[in-house]
Amino acid sequence: MNADTSALKGAALPTPSSGAAEPYRPPRRRYVFLLSTPALLGLFMFLILPFLMAVVMSFTDQRLLSPNETEWVGLRNYDRLLSVNWLVQEPVADNGVVQRDADGEPTYPRLRTLLRQDPAYEGYKELTSWQLGDKRLVVLAKDPLFIKSFLNTLQFVLLVVPLQCGMALGLALLINRQLKGIYLFRTIFFSPVVTSIVVVSIVWSFLYHRDLGLFNHYLQAMSFGLIGPIDWLGDPEWAMPSIVLMSAWQAAGVQMLIFLAGLQGISADLYEAAELDGAGTWSKFWHVTLPGLKNTTVFVIISTTIQAFGLFTQVDVMTRGGPQGSTSTVMYHAVTKGFREQDIAYGSAISVIFFLVILAIALLQKRFFDKRGG
Amino acid sequence: MTQLKKLGWYLLLIAFGYVFLFPLLFMLVSSLKPEQEIFADLYSIRAILPVGELSLENYRQVFAKSDILLYFRNSVLITSGTVVLGLFVNSLLAFTLSRMEWSGRKYVLSAVIALMIIPLEAIVVPLLLLVSKLPTIGWEQGMMVLKGSWLNTLEVQILPFVANSFFIFLFYQFFRDIPKDFDEAAELDGATPFQIYRHIIVPMSGPVFATVAILHFLLMWNQYIWPIMAVQGEDARPVMPGIQIFFGRQVGWGEIMAYASFVTLPVLAVFLAFQKMFVRSLAGAGIKG
Repeated sequence: MNADTSALKGAALPTPSSGAAEPYRPPRRRYVFLLSTPALLGLFMFLILPFLMAVVMSFTDQRLLSPNETEWVGLRNYDRLLSVNWLVQEPVADNGVVQRDADGEPTYPRLRTLLRQDPAYEGYKELTSWQLGDKRLVVLAKDPLFIKSFLNTLQFVLLVVPLQCGMALGLALLINRQLKGIYLFRTIFFSPVVTSIVVVSIVWSFLYHRDLGLFNHYLQAMSFGLIGPIDWLGDPEWAMPSIVLMSAWQAAGVQMLIFLAGLQGISADLYEAAELDGAGTWSKFWHVTLPGLKNTTVFVIISTTIQAFGLFTQVDVMTRGGPQGSTSTVMYHAVTKGFREQDIAYGSAISVIFFLVILAIALLQKRFFDKRGG
Repeated sequence: MTQLKKLGWYLLLIAFGYVFLFPLLFMLVSSLKPEQEIFADLYSIRAILPVGELSLENYRQVFAKSDILLYFRNSVLITSGTVVLGLFVNSLLAFTLSRMEWSGRKYVLSAVIALMIIPLEAIVVPLLLLVSKLPTIGWEQGMMVLKGSWLNTLEVQILPFVANSFFIFLFYQFFRDIPKDFDEAAELDGATPFQIYRHIIVPMSGPVFATVAILHFLLMWNQYIWPIMAVQGEDARPVMPGIQIFFGRQVGWGEIMAYASFVTLPVLAVFLAFQKMFVRSLAGAGIKG
């Protein structure tokens, strides 16, 4: 890069070795090779190679340990993962009269029999169903748990990203003040981040406990016993929101620091100018602070989203994907299939889909910053 | 700020501080209490105060019931091994990328930056197959033997995590901004590239080495998804899978809290000792990343 200037300096400076024989120096290329190889080898062996393997193996039937030879199966794994279908079930009718059960609900023929009769539905299982009048709309998937896991992951992302980023911005605003002891509070807000998510999950499992936990105690005390007790981790409706709350609490400290740096980067002149124009606290927040944090916010949202898509540990420690698959995630499904059931090929196909989602989000970020010339 | 406003601000800070500190204090305090007292104190401020009948009995039980010291030793070896090797290997590549001219440099740099978006989660499944087929040297009854797989070893938890594209990038950014005059002067005196790295770049790069060491330490100490897959046996198990297994054994809550405190204390100690550096590292890494 600085070839020109170095040549100039070389000419200007009297070198001590001038005239004397140059000491032997191995060519620079050899140094580049020696110094860069360990890291490049590591990246290739443990990042690029497994990534390429994932892509290749997702088209095979590779297993972790298997006596059979691995074969190409084309798109079978992806077909199994992504196939979604639907059908409408007519109720069982006797001479035009719909048969009803004790609750007055229509009865339907067995779905499994129906699916077996029609070759178009081969391999499909029920994902979910809705009642439409007397008819029943059944949504089918070849791997209902994957579709469910994908939707659960989306639900987690959509809940945790605004919560965590909002919490982080609030905390950053709170500690962006010249007050005595403010560093102590910064340390406190940050302390969950350095605590392992495994440890946090275990401690929170206790706080979420249905009978003994703190959450139910306060909830019941505050509602005079009207609400609860809620089985936070045991109720399919509540399990994912409970994990969301804990995850946001654990990780908000990182985004808080990033927002804090962003806040401190906004010029004080802007605030002074706004004050001269008679702007109040809210008006300054809306017209100076938020626009000044735009780039920071986009970065925080995207990086939090990417991280949130990888949700695994909390689920593995607290709920093992249950109850009724309500907390199974893309990564949890990948590990269950690829490792616990040793179906490496299928797990690899899930990993590839996971990566494509991450890639799409990362490209979105790049596009945003490229457009702004940042 | 008026006094009243100040007071209100402090009240807010304390309220949020309580929310963020409660679970950790509760964990540390409960680890010292007998089971009944944990429950008796739970719904009052006593839950986070070290009061009542305190003892190390829970810790004694944990040591008796699980191989926590072995797991702890494993985690120390894995973490220190990876961090030390990583500092060396990653900074060397960053050095060649930022301070030396060579053909292909730009492509390698772009590749390193592109690799930052591949999350560990996306490659654990194929990585498992890969390491299960890699041979390694092991010891059995004092004899050196060639083992057929990397599974259940310490190296399977170290080597894949030494080279890290994000850390290479952090080193690269820092080295790039050091004025080139120093290298050029040294080069004229006949210094080799390695001597320039060793005697000029490293002494000037304390902050970035500290940042990477801290981030790498956190990453490695808290490893979970990879060891639960690659390490089935007890011999090479680190602390986080260890506590998960202990948690699943339906032992007393006091003992679980003792286990959790024991594996958290090293990180908390490092955090409190190097607080400023820690905070700066993570904030800086976030912004630049």
